[in-house]
Amino acid sequence: MNAPVTSPIIRVACRSVARLIQVFAIYVIFHGHYSPGGGFQGGALLAAAVILIRIAEGRVGSQREFPSGGALLLGSLGVLIFAGVGFIDLLAGGNFLQYEFTPLPEMTAAKAHYWSILIIEIGVGLAVMAVLVGIFDVLMEKPADD
Amino acid sequence: MKVLQFILLAGFLGVMVFASLRLPPVGDATSPMNRDVSPAGTPVAGSHYIRNAYPDAHTDNIVTVVLADYRGFDTLGETIVVFAAGVACILILRRSKA
Repeated sequence: MNAPVTSPIIRVACRSVARLIQVFAIYVIFHGHYSPGGGFQGGALLAAAVILIRIAEGRVGSQREFPSGGALLLGSLGVLIFAGVGFIDLLAGGNFLQYEFTPLPEMTAAKAHYWSILIIEIGVGLAVMAVLVGIFDVLMEKPADD
Repeated sequence: MKVLQFILLAGFLGVMVFASLRLPPVGDATSPMNRDVSPAGTPVAGSHYIRNAYPDAHTDNIVTVVLADYRGFDTLGETIVVFAAGVACILILRRSKA
């Protein structure tokens, strides 16, 4: 995993492919309103991009891309975004996850639903990405005995 | 033991093939699952979603509306399950820093 020297061809290729995967992941998350896609799928693609860079550059070299310690934090943030929308609706006078009550400026009820769905999809995407990268990191850790 | 497994799997395959031969064709409007009223005489949930998904959420993808809006609580549970699985993996598999 921690090979000190990687071929520059592999590094450049994996970096550029990873950027393409990330753009496509964002497209999948944001276009989930109109086509197959959504938070789970987009989050898996985001994780695939990070894991590709982990494989190409090794664990140490790819810490700038996504620090290993950040997985749990980002995953909690994703779940918190989702649950937070629910609790904000609750505080605004509705039921849990009743999106009409999401306090967005100048929104009809349907538009509030539209944007709330987008927000929770982003939360789902963050959680899925963080969990997948975290599991990969923990499986690829160096054995303790070396 | 191997022979028994093989016979069981072959029997299972036979059941699946037999069942799939009797499936209604895709898009058949008269098949029970596509009717507006179920064979028991109750309204089918799917037609409610198809009628109301766009007016309720201005979102073209009915699957997204069902997943994130009508069944948002279920999806919250799914997200928490994914997160809990990740937390469990990380806590069990990581090398202790001591």
